Amino acid sequence: MGTVILLALTGLGLAALYFLVASGLSLVFGLADVLNFAHGLFLGVGAYGTWWAAGNLPGAGPDGFGFVFAVAFGVAAGTLVAILVELVLIRPLYSRTIEQVLVTVGLSLAGVALLQATWGADARPFPRPDWTRQVTGIFGAQVPNGGLLLIIAAVLVLGAILAFLRWTRYGLVIRAGVENREMVTALGIDVRKAFTLVFAIGGAAAALAGALGGVYFGTVSPGQGGSLLIFAFIVVVIGGMGSVVGSAYAAVVVGLVQQFVNYYGTSGLGDICVVGLLAVVLLLRPQGIAGKVATA
Amino acid sequence: MTVIDAPRAQVPDELSPQRGRWQRVRPFLPLVALVVLAILPYSTISLPGIFEGPVNSPGTLQLLAICLIFGGLAAGYDLLFGRTGMLSFGHALYFAAGVYGTDILVTRAGLPLWQAALLTITGGTILAALLGAVALRTVGIAFAMVTLAFAQVGAILVARDFGGLTGGEEGLPLDVSGLPAGLVGVTNTVNLYWLALAYLTLVVFVVHRVSGSPTGRVLAGLRDDERRIGVLGLDPYRYKLVAFTLAGGLASAGGVVYVLIVGGASPHITSSELTLSLLVMVVLGGPGTRWGPVLGGVLYMYLDHRLTAFGTSDAVDNLPAVLSRPLSQPLFVLGTVFILAVYFFPGGLTSLAPRLSHLTRALRPRGR
Repeated sequence: MGTVILLALTGLGLAALYFLVASGLSLVFGLADVLNFAHGLFLGVGAYGTWWAAGNLPGAGPDGFGFVFAVAFGVAAGTLVAILVELVLIRPLYSRTIEQVLVTVGLSLAGVALLQATWGADARPFPRPDWTRQVTGIFGAQVPNGGLLLIIAAVLVLGAILAFLRWTRYGLVIRAGVENREMVTALGIDVRKAFTLVFAIGGAAAALAGALGGVYFGTVSPGQGGSLLIFAFIVVVIGGMGSVVGSAYAAVVVGLVQQFVNYYGTSGLGDICVVGLLAVVLLLRPQGIAGKVATA
Repeated sequence: MTVIDAPRAQVPDELSPQRGRWQRVRPFLPLVALVVLAILPYSTISLPGIFEGPVNSPGTLQLLAICLIFGGLAAGYDLLFGRTGMLSFGHALYFAAGVYGTDILVTRAGLPLWQAALLTITGGTILAALLGAVALRTVGIAFAMVTLAFAQVGAILVARDFGGLTGGEEGLPLDVSGLPAGLVGVTNTVNLYWLALAYLTLVVFVVHRVSGSPTGRVLAGLRDDERRIGVLGLDPYRYKLVAFTLAGGLASAGGVVYVLIVGGASPHITSSELTLSLLVMVVLGGPGTRWGPVLGGVLYMYLDHRLTAFGTSDAVDNLPAVLSRPLSQPLFVLGTVFILAVYFFPGGLTSLAPRLSHLTRALRPRGR
């Protein structure tokens, strides 16, 4: 019983990480039709920003309030990079989907290489508060606190994004834009501001994933974003493009399947099961759990 | 009933192609290039700065062979991306199938090379057909993601080393004891070079023939307007599957040659980064053109290898750290060049020549 609960909670921790990356990807894709390969870069910037701030920034540190400050710095850095990428690189290419994908591909290659050039290819130990290294006993299972932190953060982010989408004017514009962008434009609303906004939200969520992922794994390395990104893509497709709630459901399913199958089957089998799940979803329900049909 | 020939359309003089001195030679240029490449190993010229040793030293020949392989791979990938408009992110899978298939059949099963190669290429083609049949049920970005996910399964299978076949993270060195003597050893690198050249020629020939055939015209139509092809009564799915299968087969053939040149398989060739770099090669060279992807592939691999040496050279080391560190990362330089290419010369390298000729024509004095 303890094992099942432990697996469920660590699976949910993984799901939280996927959700943080996938929610931004899904919103960006749903609204702006940009498949953002550079999303892993935002994650890397968030992780390295936190890591750098904890060591160098006055007032920030690996513990207590200093750690919160360091994470805030990392998230701010990730958001800033995301906004810059949207304004400088993506905006001139709107409605040219393939070129946008190509630019984000180039950016992901160059950006990860830049991180690697600045801080080296090896994984660095991540500064984290002592309490995240410990475990909490829940129904007889010893659950690592880092995973619980991820779950709490993901739930908060999910709530915040949903509240933003439901109760603010810009949230309304974004929801309408995902449904039918041309109509929103025809009503005289500048959707491009909303594009920048979803990039900022996505960048912030991904940077948070980077910072908390660093806490969870204990290390930070330039390639971390890339390997998470593929599963985040899978989560986005299964959940349905443009749907935050769909991403949340899909992230939970993917995280749990991966964790349980990897434990009870051979290691690595869970990852393959996830891809199998993707194939099944695409064949039976191409639009995902909740979302519009993905077309070019 | 008599048939009246329509009068020939009058083409303004400035639009009809000028039959200059070069126009007559142009069709033979590829042949000349092939001959030059084929006799290159006999020359002992050393090009300091471009290659480390003389041209016929084994190190240089191996680098050239890898460049040629990737020229062929990029040309094969262009059959999907540039000519059919399919954005596949899983092309590395079929290449890796070629590399690991040959390696496993030769090293673990002890088959002779020709049997292993034949089985691998057949297997790779069938794999491409099966996975393509599933993936092509989606279109556009979803297709890209599905192919990416399939390729990821390949990467996981190789890295986790199920059944102890692939050697996991450490890769699998090729057992050379059963190979033909002409393909083994440093002194025989030249044979591998010719093999790579033959592969490149084969791919260019196949892609050229396919794109010139009626099927190729349908593929171009799919790239430009898929719905219209459907309205004309042709099944887009079948044609796309043909292109996907063919490209997969060509990629696995490339893998067979690559494993001989490198002498083993390592897990990084299964990564999605390899597909991304194929994409970069094609776009840098010029998608949908005959020579663009080949040029892009050769140049990319050359730069990828040489920029590492360039990055550690004195000229770069003496720069301030802000500049020298990024410059020592080949992927940073290539990624940046790629982004610039997408913005400023979308047709790739091959589009530069017409652009330059426009420029020179504009700069030429009016009197002529």
